[in-house]
Amino acid sequence: MSAPEKVPALPRAADLGLIGCHVCRLVCREAPDDDGGMECPRCGSALHRRKPASYTRTWALLLAAFMMYVPANLLPIMRTASLNDVDDNTILSGVKELWVNGSGDLAVIVFVASIMVPMLKFLVLGTLLISSQRRTDWAQLQRAKLYRLVEFIGYWSMLDVFVVALLSALVRFNVLSRVEPLPGVIFFGLTVVLTMLASMSFDPRLIWDSRDSDD
Amino acid sequence: MTDESSNELGKPERDELPRPVVKRRRRFSASLIWLVPALAAVIGISLIINSLLQAGPEITITFLTAEGLDAGKTPVKYKNVVIGKVDKISLSEDRSHVKVRVALEKSAKSFATDGTRFWVVRPRIGIGGVSGIDTLLSGAFIGADVGDSQTSQEDFQGLETPPAVNHNAPGRSFVLHSDDLGSIDIGSPVYYRRIQVGRVVSYRLDVDGKGVSMQIFIDGPNDKFVTTSTRFWNASGVDVSLGADGLKLNTESLATVIAGGMAFQDPAGPHDSTPAGQDAQFQLFADQGTAMAPPDGTPRYIRMRFEKSMRGLDVNAPVEFLGVKIGNVVSVRLDYDEKTQSFPLIVGAVVYPQRLGSAYDKLQALAKAQGDNPDMTQMMSRLVDHGLRAQARTGNLLTGQLYISMDFIKNTPKVAFDMNARPLMIPTAAGSFDKLQEQAAEIVDKIDKIPFEAIGNNLNQTLAGLSATLKQVNGKTLPELDTTMKGVQKTVNTAGDALSGDSPLQQNLGNTLEEVQRTARSLRVLVDYLGDHPEALIRGRRPDAKPAPSTTPTHPPQQGSKP
Repeated sequence: MSAPEKVPALPRAADLGLIGCHVCRLVCREAPDDDGGMECPRCGSALHRRKPASYTRTWALLLAAFMMYVPANLLPIMRTASLNDVDDNTILSGVKELWVNGSGDLAVIVFVASIMVPMLKFLVLGTLLISSQRRTDWAQLQRAKLYRLVEFIGYWSMLDVFVVALLSALVRFNVLSRVEPLPGVIFFGLTVVLTMLASMSFDPRLIWDSRDSDD
Repeated sequence: MTDESSNELGKPERDELPRPVVKRRRRFSASLIWLVPALAAVIGISLIINSLLQAGPEITITFLTAEGLDAGKTPVKYKNVVIGKVDKISLSEDRSHVKVRVALEKSAKSFATDGTRFWVVRPRIGIGGVSGIDTLLSGAFIGADVGDSQTSQEDFQGLETPPAVNHNAPGRSFVLHSDDLGSIDIGSPVYYRRIQVGRVVSYRLDVDGKGVSMQIFIDGPNDKFVTTSTRFWNASGVDVSLGADGLKLNTESLATVIAGGMAFQDPAGPHDSTPAGQDAQFQLFADQGTAMAPPDGTPRYIRMRFEKSMRGLDVNAPVEFLGVKIGNVVSVRLDYDEKTQSFPLIVGAVVYPQRLGSAYDKLQALAKAQGDNPDMTQMMSRLVDHGLRAQARTGNLLTGQLYISMDFIKNTPKVAFDMNARPLMIPTAAGSFDKLQEQAAEIVDKIDKIPFEAIGNNLNQTLAGLSATLKQVNGKTLPELDTTMKGVQKTVNTAGDALSGDSPLQQNLGNTLEEVQRTARSLRVLVDYLGDHPEALIRGRRPDAKPAPSTTPTHPPQQGSKP
C-alpha cells in the first residue's frame, strides 16, 4: 500500500499476459482469443480482463438511479395518520419536520442517509466514470479510495426504506394512528438499489488504465 | 489489486499457469443494460404525464380567516367526495382576508365555474342544532356547491357560513318582507302545520332601509303548499295570550323559542290556491292572528286631541271602533294651546278602514251613491255629527293601559268637524274612566270638607268625660250599689220573714183586720143610728135606746182602737 503517486510504473496483469478469475481468484495465462469466451479452468466462471461493458453498465444504472431519484424526492414516502391529522411526508419535508419538532440529531441522520449519501454516490460515480473514461492519471489513489467509500456507504441509504417498512408494519392502530408507505419510498428504494448496482458494475481497475500506460 | 499484481510480479517466469477454457458462448449484448434507464425514463415520464393529466384547475378562494385550514392537507369536498386539496394559504395584499389556493382534481373541472360556492365546514354549534361534528376529528374541510354556469372562473369569494340550500335542491325560494328581522336568523326553520318544511336562506335590509327582506327556501315537495294567498308569520318565541277562555300558550317548537322561526298557512275560507311562483313576494306578519286577519287595505292617518293626561297610552295601543280593532296608535305628542294655556295631547293613529269589513263596503257604496268624495271625509263628518267620538279607555285595570275607542256617544255637545284638515282630526270625548275619575274626585273633595279633626277632638273629649264618669261609676257608685243591694237583700229577707204564714205579723194582721171589721160594723151601726136619730149628735143618745147612750163616750176609744 506504500504506492507512490506514480503508479503506472507497476505493470498490470494484462501487460504480463495474465488473467485472474473473479470468483476463485485463479490466475491464468491469457488466451489469445479475446472474444469474451474464456472460462476459468477451475470454477468455470467467465474470465475477462476488466468487467465487461463496465462503463456502459455503470452509466446506464447510474442514469436510471438518477431518474428514480427525482420522483423519490418529489413524491411522499410515508403517510402518518393520527386521530385528527393525516400527514404525507416526502423525504425533505420529513427531515424538516424532525428538525422543527426538535429532533435535530435524527434530522441530521435522515438527511445524511437519504439525501447526502445518494447525492454523494451520484457525484462520486460520475466523477469516477468520467475520469476513468478519459484515462487520466489524475489522483488515481484518491479515486480508488472514493470508490471504496462509495461501496462502503452504499447500503446505508436504505435506512429510510427500512424506517418506512418498520413503521408501516409496527404502527397499525387503525383509527388512533397509522403509518402507510407511499409510492415515493419505492422509487427511493429503487434509487438505492440501482446506485449499488452501478457501483458494483464499475470496475475500479479502470482507474489505473490511464492513457499513457495503455496502448 | 496492487497486491495481486505484485503477486503475479513475484513469479513471472512460471509458465505452468493454467490456460483458460475457450468456449464460444453466447453473451448478451452489453447495450441491453440501457433497458434499465429506458425503463426508468418510461416510469418517470409516465409519472409526469399522469400528474399532468390528473392536475385539475387551480382556483383561489378568499376567506376572512384560515381557521382550521391547512395547506397541503385540507380537502375540498362535494357531497363528501374529495374534489381537491388546499395547496397554499396566503394573506391578501391588504391583509384583510386570506387567499386559499386550491388544486382541484381533473374530474372536478366543472367546479371551477362561475356560481360555485365554497365554504369552510367547521364544527358549528348553534341554537338550531349542531353541524359538522365529524370535522372535530377529521379537521375542517372546504365544502363546495356547484352552480349552473359553464363560465370558468378562477377566483372565488368563500362563504363564511354554509349555504342553507344546495344548488338544484328540489323546492322553491320565496321572498318575505317584514318591518324587522325579529329573532330570525339564517337557517331559522319555516314550519307548515308545525312540520319543518324549509328554512331562511338569507336576509338583508331593504334598499331604503325601511324594512327587511328575507329569502326562504321551502323544500320540495312541500313547496306546493305555498300559494299566492299564503300568509307567513313570525313564529318566534312563545305566544302567551290571556283571553276570556283562559291562558293560552302557543309555540311552533322549542327550537323556535330560542332560534326563531316562521310558519305559513293559507287563510281559512275560499282563497286562491294556485302555487306561488319562484321568488314570489310575501309579507311576514308579526303573529298568526295578524297574518290570518283579512287584508288591511290602505292605512289612514288620523289625529285626536285629548285634554287630559294620557298616562298608559302607548304607541301601538289599539284603536277600536265599536270594539273592532281598526288600527294602532303611532304617536303621542304634547302640544301647547296658547288660548287656554293648556297642554293638550295630540295622539296620532293609523286606521285601516277595510277592517270594518262589510260595513266599510256599504258605507263606501253609500258615499258613492250620495256623491261624496270617496276618501270618506264627508262620511266621517256625518258620523261625527251623529256623536262619533274618540275616547281613551282603560283596557287593563291592573296596568292602567289605555286604548282609543271610537264610539257613538249620546247627548254629546256638537263640535265643528274640519273636513279639510289633513290628517283628519277626530273629536274626542272624556272617557268613561275620566268621568268616573271626576266623580271620584268630587266625592273625595266632599269627604275632604268634613271636619274630621274637630269631630275627632270632640269625640276625644267626650270619650275622656265618659272615661271619667265610668271611673267614678266604677270607684264609687258600684260599691254603694253593692251595699244598697245588700240592704235590699236584707229587707227582702225581712219582708219574706214577715210575710211567711206563721209570722206574728201575719197573725196580728189577721187580728187587726178582724178588729177593723168589727169597728166598721160598729161604725155602720153608728151611722145607721145617726141616720135615724141625727139629733143624737146634739142631744146625745136617747135613753130608750139601749145602745145609743154609749155611742158618744165610746166613740173615741173605738177610734183609738182602730190602729
